Formats: sequence, structure tokens, C-alpha cells
Amino acid sequence: MKQKPISTTSEWTFELIEAYDSEIGKIAAEFGLDTYPNQIEVISSEQMMDAYASTGMPLGYHHWSYGKQFISTERSYQRGHMGLAYEIVINSNPCIAYLMEENTMTMQALVIAHACYGHNSFFKGNYLFKTWTDADAIIDYLLFAKKYIAECEEKHGISAVESIIDSCHAIMNYGVDRYKRPHPISAEKEHNRQQKREESRQKMVNDLWRTIPQGKTENINNSKHFPEEPEENILYFIEKNAPLLQSWQREVVRIVRKISQYFYPQRQTQVMNEGWACFWHYTLVNEMYNRGLVTEGFILEFLQSHTSVIYQPPFDSEYFSGINPYSLGFSMMTDIRRICEYPSDEDKQWFPELAGSDWKTSLDQAMRNFKDESFILQYLSPKVIRDLKLFCIVDDDKNPYIEVSAIHDNDGYQRIRESLAGLYNLGDQEPDIQVYSVDLEGDRSLTLNHKQYDRKPLGDSTTEVLKHIHRLWGFDIHLHSIEKKEVTKSYHCPPVGVAEAHPAKAR
Amino acid sequence: MSYIVDRRLNAKKKSTVNRQRFLKRYRKHIKKAVTDAISRRSITDIEHGEEIHIPADDMKESFFHHGQGGHAERILPGNQDFIGGDRIERPPSGGGSGSGPGASDSGQGEDEFVFQITQAEFLDFMFDELALPNMIKRQLVGSDEFKLRQAGFSNQGSPGQVDVVRSLRSAHARRIALTSGKRKKLKELEQQLHLLTAQQPILQNQLEIKQLREKISALKSRLKRVPWLDDFDLKYHLRAKEPAPQAKAVMFCIMDVSGSMNQATKEIAKRFFILLYLFIQRNYQRTEIVFIRHHTVAMEVDEQEFFYSRETGGTIVSSALKLMEQIIEQRYPLGDWNIYAAQASDGDNWNNDSAVCTEVLCKGLLPKLQYFSYIEITPNAHQLLWHAYQQVKENFPETFAMEQVVDAAEIYTVFREIFHKQVI
Repeated sequence: MKQKPISTTSEWTFELIEAYDSEIGKIAAEFGLDTYPNQIEVISSEQMMDAYASTGMPLGYHHWSYGKQFISTERSYQRGHMGLAYEIVINSNPCIAYLMEENTMTMQALVIAHACYGHNSFFKGNYLFKTWTDADAIIDYLLFAKKYIAECEEKHGISAVESIIDSCHAIMNYGVDRYKRPHPISAEKEHNRQQKREESRQKMVNDLWRTIPQGKTENINNSKHFPEEPEENILYFIEKNAPLLQSWQREVVRIVRKISQYFYPQRQTQVMNEGWACFWHYTLVNEMYNRGLVTEGFILEFLQSHTSVIYQPPFDSEYFSGINPYSLGFSMMTDIRRICEYPSDEDKQWFPELAGSDWKTSLDQAMRNFKDESFILQYLSPKVIRDLKLFCIVDDDKNPYIEVSAIHDNDGYQRIRESLAGLYNLGDQEPDIQVYSVDLEGDRSLTLNHKQYDRKPLGDSTTEVLKHIHRLWGFDIHLHSIEKKEVTKSYHCPPVGVAEAHPAKAR
Repeated sequence: MSYIVDRRLNAKKKSTVNRQRFLKRYRKHIKKAVTDAISRRSITDIEHGEEIHIPADDMKESFFHHGQGGHAERILPGNQDFIGGDRIERPPSGGGSGSGPGASDSGQGEDEFVFQITQAEFLDFMFDELALPNMIKRQLVGSDEFKLRQAGFSNQGSPGQVDVVRSLRSAHARRIALTSGKRKKLKELEQQLHLLTAQQPILQNQLEIKQLREKISALKSRLKRVPWLDDFDLKYHLRAKEPAPQAKAVMFCIMDVSGSMNQATKEIAKRFFILLYLFIQRNYQRTEIVFIRHHTVAMEVDEQEFFYSRETGGTIVSSALKLMEQIIEQRYPLGDWNIYAAQASDGDNWNNDSAVCTEVLCKGLLPKLQYFSYIEITPNAHQLLWHAYQQVKENFPETFAMEQVVDAAEIYTVFREIFHKQVI
């Protein structure tokens, strides 16, 4: 049944946005997408740059690094180096999506389909987001954080607060619980509890450190190892145990940690999230076209944007900058549908359970229960590998050459799949560094262990990061890289030569 | 189930604070870029922003990451002719192959972080730490006194500020507006009543008259209820605070434009004054500037002429100093004004004039002045004027400064030297 197109020109109005949104919403519901309510905000390009600079947080605390981000965004935008992101969408309830006023009606519709129904349903459905973030509370929490940090700046001076934030940012990626599920954050509770927390936290720290003067005379043999288990959440450890931090500083550490935790699922589901959103904007808008709701011109403009978003430049192109998550995700999502609807013999062999099943259910399952790593491991099909002509290279410092270990052929599929999945495993991609011990009875130094992955050493900014940790902890920091139970390299802050100059002082 | 909001009018400059924090953090780099730019630029273009380059290394935010080495795998798209087991020579390290897959969010691996600062920011950095010296009479900086000035009328205010005439006028207008209809009607009714009562008593319709009378009295009471003066009639004087300078300053710019000043020298002198001029305009809005140029005769000119007209002839410096003295006497009484002077010259002067200059300065001018700065633009040996001025400097070390400049790039340094913040 052909209907009349909603609009025929590229100009948008609020009425048109409403009309498009309600049509897209209707179709999305027919496809079974479950979403939070939407809050669509029309903003100017300058505001988009603002939002962009604060990593999409609608309310960020002030920090120079966001200013740096803003300046570089602004510059590349003004020079035409880069188009602005079409959309920014915030994992909150209601789900906030920004539309830029400069865009045409077609682009607005694309963004609505992409963000308000694609990303939105992903936020609501994916298990990581469900367990790790609380969409209802995030806006309030950000508001709390912003206010709190502004208050601290008033009380303690901008530079004092800034330096703490600097240090926290440096180890922000080590402020997440990877396995434990955190308590959902709520701004109100947060505010109520914050004062209590200040007191009890200080008490806890005091308890820990009270043993110091007595420990020496009592039983040294019985000295306990602290922490009993290695702690992966370094920021958490510092918040709870750093001896010299004042309670407002602990609260700042906590804020950075909470925000890091909030973004953790996003970092783990980039491919899936974008792939899912692209798949749905493509499917929804095409369905609108089939029903006659949009014109030929509209669909052409749409396809042009769509193809440039999902374009994957080959590795030897000057535009190549790694694998485009939009491209990979979209190819995989589309391919799952294809496998369900029109399975080939190869698919039946690789995906016996998927082939011939209902695509909507299967795709929904995939969206809900995976993260990038496991998603690729489960669903990357030989066809996608062939289409993208993926190949795997191994760069091992024991060899004088780089080896092409697998290409898109029968022998290579499984290898490429595993290797690519590994590249999306944050646990492997970020150095595995954990708090190993604290010298409770000695010089209070903090020892971190780096468990090497594939013999990879730490990068060149390690000493800088240690300085930041040193600032937070207040006493010496040691970091050991360990490969096969052997220490391959040690870092110290302050550098060990200086530390050894006054060994007597610490004892 | 969507909610559409127009946010375009919301706060736009959300990132301004962050931007300023960033500028503050990289102050050192920006200052250096600004200093370089000032010595490089031509006069007319001093009032622009500037492009700032900061080495990317200085800007890095550090975090733990893997370095080169160990066993690394990458997946790349777009294979053309590789087959499994192919071996490729390792490209020399430092090539583009180092960056990890996917998340290179730090940009396109540029070596420098480049951005633009605005003209205002540029000038801020340029004048940073500078201030007019010896502002002793009354501390100008930050100590503005406010004067209240009539600035129109307002509907709110304190009773002391009621403007009676305006209030009554607006009350009058309101009363007219509220009552004119009723008055018209009242007039009509009264006329009718008049007609009725004018008839012979026998013919009078008493009922009608009674009704009319009632209507009339009702109308009258309603008219009475319109207040004579209502709250919103009240008009108040609106007073605006206007900064009243506690101290005024006048800056005399004196420049030699005689034949002995060649074009290059003039250019340098112009730079000095332009810098000075920008500086004064910016920091001391309540400062007046007097431009005096001279060859054998001195003339007070406007800014345009001062910088851009040409003259030839000999040089008599004292003529300018004398003119300055006259102007001070006529227009700038000492009690009200702080007086500054800056002179630029190539050092040429009629031989017997230098002594006159010393005398005029020491006896007439310097006791009145806050500060006198002299720059001599010449690569050559000093002439009499310089030596004469050196004597002056010995006598007035606090208020007299002199420097020599050879080329344009030095101007800024000298400028800073002369006007470096003096703590009194």
C-alpha cells in the first residue's frame, strides 16, 4: 500500500520531525524494537561541538582537556577536515539524541532512525548496559558531579582540583570493575550518602594505617599482605586506601571512577552498537521508502550518507585508520539477517542454529547477549570475511619479518575470527595492571603488577602515569612487568636512584 | 512517544570555561608564539589573532598502553594479493604502523597541535604583566569609583527616586484611558436627565428620572473608584553606575619626523608607538593621548597624521618638549592628571639644542611627569642627545628611562623592559 510522502523538500520543520519520528517509531515497533522514550533535541553546530568535546556528556565538569578537545574539534570542523558527527546519543532514560540544525530533513530522519531507535534499543536491551549502567540516574549523577567539582574548585582552588582530576584521568581506564557488578548510581542517594561516606572513609583509612607504629614492635612474621587479593580497580583502591588524600579528593576520585564505569560498556560494544544502529536506520528508512513515505530524492541522499558512513577503506589507502566499526558492525548485522533468511550451504555448516531461524528473534538475541569480543567470535561469518577481504598479520619481535598468518580462505576464517575478536577484548588490549601490595609497615609504598600479554611491554608514557599515581597515593610507587613469573622490567616513582638516597628515612 | 525540544537558544558557549582552562595551562607556549608573532608582523596587522603551535608531545595526556614489541596481531581489510604464510619485511620503526587498531581517537597523528586564538586573547597575552609604571598618585588598577548617572526611567525604585512629574503624567494618562468611556456615558445621561427635568413637572416621568439618577450615581461611584494614583503610575529615576576614574592619565607620544629619520627608523618608531598605543587603549580607557611630532618645529597632530604623514627638515627636539609643556599647562592640570611621555628618535639633534632639552626636562617637565621613556633607534654611535639624556637619567632615575633599539624585533623586548610592572 503506497502512501503519500511526508515531505518533498530538504527543509525541515518541527512538525516534519515529529511526523517522521512518529512514522519511524511506528515501523520500529512493528519490527519489535523496544526503546526508552526519546527526547530529541535540536541544537546548533556550535553546541554540537560542545557536546562532542565533553565526550557526549550533556553536563560535564570543567576540565582543560575538554577545552583541548573542543579547540581541535572546532578547528578541524572549520577547516572542513571533518564533518561533525551527525548525532550524539546519550544512554539515559529518556534517551537524549541531538539533531543538528544545519542538517537536511533526510539527515534528520536518518539520525532519528539511527539514534532514537537503533542506539536507544541497544542501550535498553544489551546486557552490559543493563547490568553496568543506570539510564534513569545518569543525568542526575552528572549534575551532582559537576556541582560537587565546582564547589571543590571554590573551596580548594582550581589548580588543586585540576591536578587531582588530571591524575585520575590518567588511570581512568583502571577505574572500572570488570567483573563485579557495581551498585546503580543515584544522584539523590549519592548526595545523602556523600557526607556519611566522607566520615566512614576516613575512618577506614585510619584503621588501615593505625597499625603502622605498633606493627614494628609486635609480630613481624604475622604481617598481613594487603590487599589480600590483587585489585584491578586502581582508582577504587586509591579512593578507599590512599593514606594522604583529603575526603573531597576521595570524592573526586570516585566521580571520575563512576563516569569511567558508565562509559565502560560503550567501549566494549562499539562495533555492535554502531552496527545495530546502522542496520536499523538502513532497514527502517528503506521500509519507509517501500511504503512510499519518502521520495526518490530522499532515499538517494540517504543512501549516499549511509554508504559513506559504512565505507571501509582498504589497508593501503591513505584514508585507512583501522577497521571502521560502523562498517564491520553493519556487515555483520546484515549478514545475520541474510543467514537467517537465505542461508547458503556454508552458512548451514558454520551457523546450523542460525540458518533458517526467524531473523528478528536471532538478531535480537545477538544484540542482547554479547559484547564486541564475543559477538565477533560467535557471528563473524566467512562471507563477511570475504567481503571485507580481511587478513591477519603477525608482528612478532622474535622474527625479523611480519607474517601474513591468515587470509580469507578456508584455512583462515577461524583464525581471523579469533584474532579479530581478541583485538576487541579490552582486557587484552589494555595492559593488565593491578594493585599487588602495599608496604603497610614500611615506607607505605604501593606496588603494582603488570602481567604481560603476549610479551608486550608497556608504552612510553608509563613513567608519566606513575607520577600521577604517585600524586594520588602520596608515597613511592613501584610497577613490575611480569612475564612467566619473572620480572622483565620495573618502573619506580620517584625514580629508584632518588628513593635509595634516603633509605633510612622510610624505615 | 518522543519529545522534541528546541535547544538552539540554550547556552552556546558551554566550552568557554574549558577553553580558557586550556589556554591557561599552555600559557607558556602561547606567550612564546605571541612574542614571536609581534616581532615578525607588520604594524597594520598587529590587531589580529594568532595561530598557536604546540608540540604534540607537550600536550599528551598519558595513560597506560602497550608499547611496541612482543607478539602483536592485527586484522586488516582490503587484502589484494597476500596469501597465508607470506612474509613481509618489517618497515623501519617509527612508521605509521605503530598505532593500534581502531581506537586512535587522538587525531590523525599530527606532530603539532595547532589552533587559533582571537585578537583579544592575542593582545591579552601581549600585554601580559605590563602596566604603566609609577601610577602613584592614585592607584588606578581595579579601584574604580562609581558615579551615579541619570539613565532613563524605571517602574521600580526606591521612594526617594520617584519622578513626580512623570508619575502624575502617567497617572493622568491612565485615568483618561480608564474613564473616558464612562465619562462620555455620564455626559449623555446627564444631558437626558437635564432634558427630562427641564420639562414641566406634570409631564415628567418620575420613574425614568429616578432610574437615570440611579444610573448616574452608579457611574459616578465607579468613576470615583478609579484611583487617582496607582502603583504602576509611579516612575522612578533610573540611575546607572558609571565608573568614574579616580585618576586620569595622559600619554604624550613624541616622535622625530625630520629628514634625518629614514624610513626604516620611522617604521621602528611607529611600532613602538603602536604597541604603546594599543597598550594604553587597552589597559587605560580613561587615558588621553597627545601626539606631538617635530622636526625643527613641533606640532600637535591627530593619530592618523602622527603615524602616516611625511615631513622633512632639521631637528630641534626641545621644540617638542616645549610644546608639551604648554599643552600640559593649558589642558592637563597636575592635580587631575598623571602624565606620561614617550619619545622616539634617531638621536639626531641640533648641537646646542641638547642642553636646552636637558634644561626643559629637568626643570620644567620631569617634576610634573610620572614617567618619561625615550627610545633611540640607531645602530650608530650615540650623539649628543643621548649623552644629555644620560645626565637627566642620573638626576631622575625613578621617572626617566631610556633604551636603544636597532631593529624591529627588539622593540617588544625594549617595550617590556621600559614598562615592566613596577611594584611601588
